[in-house]
Amino acid sequence: MVSNNIIQVENLTKAFGDFTAVNAISFEVKKGEIFGFLGANGAGKTTAMKMLIGISRPTSGKATVAGFDVYKNPDAIKKNIGYMSQKFALYDDLTVKENITFYGGIYGLSRKQIKEKTNQLLEELGLQKIVGELVGSLPLGWKQKLSFSVALLHEPKIVFLDEPTGGVDPITRRQFWEMIYKTAHNGTTIFVTTHYMDEAEYCDRVSIMVDGKIEALDTPKKLKEQFKAKTMNDVFLKLARG
Amino acid sequence: MKTIRYIIQKEFKQIFRNKGMLPIIFVLPLLQLVILSNAATFEIKNIKFSYIDNDNTSFSRALIDKFEASTYFNVVSNFPSEKIASSAMLKGDVDVILEIPNNFERDLVKDKKTNLSVIINAIDGATAGVENVYINQIVQGFNKNALVELMQPSVPIAIGITNKPKSISSITSFWYNETLNYKTFMVPGILVLLVTMITLFLAGMNIVREKEIGTLEQINVTPIKKHQFIIGKLFPFWIIGFGLLTIGLIISKVIFDTPIVGSLGLIYFYTAFYLLVILGMGLFISNFTDTQQQAMFIAWFFVVIFILMSGLFTPIESMPMWAQYLTEFNPIKYFVEVMRMVMLKGADFTDILPQLLKTLGYAIIMNGLAVWSYKKTS
Repeated sequence: MVSNNIIQVENLTKAFGDFTAVNAISFEVKKGEIFGFLGANGAGKTTAMKMLIGISRPTSGKATVAGFDVYKNPDAIKKNIGYMSQKFALYDDLTVKENITFYGGIYGLSRKQIKEKTNQLLEELGLQKIVGELVGSLPLGWKQKLSFSVALLHEPKIVFLDEPTGGVDPITRRQFWEMIYKTAHNGTTIFVTTHYMDEAEYCDRVSIMVDGKIEALDTPKKLKEQFKAKTMNDVFLKLARG
Repeated sequence: MKTIRYIIQKEFKQIFRNKGMLPIIFVLPLLQLVILSNAATFEIKNIKFSYIDNDNTSFSRALIDKFEASTYFNVVSNFPSEKIASSAMLKGDVDVILEIPNNFERDLVKDKKTNLSVIINAIDGATAGVENVYINQIVQGFNKNALVELMQPSVPIAIGITNKPKSISSITSFWYNETLNYKTFMVPGILVLLVTMITLFLAGMNIVREKEIGTLEQINVTPIKKHQFIIGKLFPFWIIGFGLLTIGLIISKVIFDTPIVGSLGLIYFYTAFYLLVILGMGLFISNFTDTQQQAMFIAWFFVVIFILMSGLFTPIESMPMWAQYLTEFNPIKYFVEVMRMVMLKGADFTDILPQLLKTLGYAIIMNGLAVWSYKKTS
């Protein structure tokens, strides 16, 4: 691929009957950037994301992720991306270690790789002591950090985070964003949806979705200038209120 | 292959870690088999018998003694009048009323002939029919004795419902279940229910559960192949199905002493295919439902129809033609047939081939549908 864009989206649309959840959105994400995908609840963020990760078929439009077409090659996309959903999606009735082993296994990592990754990850997260505990008994913040790490197990090119910090305390949110920075620093592209506007400030570029359409897309700094606002919060309110 | 192993490993861990599920898998079947096999009986026993003895002679008392001696009848009342007897029947206190007429002994001795009146509560027609047969047998037996007692063997004396004592006696031999033990008949069938219900519910609910908690979406984002996921998911329940069958066979041997005439290997061989049908069905249901509740309702709906139309409790031959055609689509029917054939009659591979082929076809169709309807992309 000649282009430096790891995600390329053109007029991507998803309609459920009469309702158009995502209305002809176009944007691109560059390699290695932290791309913030903002919008109010129900603006269509999650639907758009699901089309990009290959679990929802677009109604029309074009999209390539990591160089693969979302229509023709969803399985190739899946090998190259990590995904952390809004809902916590590790198994509560498995231990920390068993969860890591399972996801490592189904991404096709070898036993040796799984072992190395497990140790590395536990050390980074400081979870060595509770490796044998059921994930269900962990506090939410730890679960979120763990599921982010699990999404990175197979070293994907892009990781999709769907409101990763929902319901998490400010300290953990901060730690979470440090993890995101670190991951981006290692060259992984981050595609993150959120409705915390302070988090938007941390992104390299943000898009703001309103009623299924992308109404603004630029760096946080430029967006603030464009909308003559002090914070991203004000930008968002101006846009969302129309 | 490796991927499948990881899924299977995870499933087994989850199944055996689920404290609520374990008793369902291993204790309930045991209870079910023990309780149902003992309770679901077609034998008619403890018939509430009453009589109105208008004669009160040694002959009439001898007849009543015959009923008292029978294991089928419990003599509950002796009514002074028919009116009281009828009201007792209305209340359900008695099932059968035998009325012995005035001059019963006198007529019998003098005319060699008399009449008895029998009233049977026939709300349940099948039961009434059986009761009628029992009563006839006893009266016939009495008849023969009376003949001897009256020392006039050349002249037939007929009383009651049958007109003549039989001059031809038939000797019946019962094959495959010599003692007519209904448990021998029921146990293999109930074993089928148990294996079917538990594997169907467990498999169906298992996948829906992943939908509910959101892990299915996470799985769908991985490059895992459809067949890997399905095999990995269903294989543990295939094994559990065998486990249930084994537990059931042990119970039926140890507790009920059910004969296993045919080959155990053949039973397992057939079950291997049968379980595929059930698991495919479970997966199919789970693909069309979003919650465990929905899956449970649908699975239950089918199981009830399958059970009632399986020939387990009521013979398929007595169903109307259209219903008999419908039973062709009932996998439980085939399993019940195979179990009874192999366990009780010692049927071999060629005997069960028709059932085996139909089951195999069913398995292919069911799993085809299940795989087709499972979509990683919505």
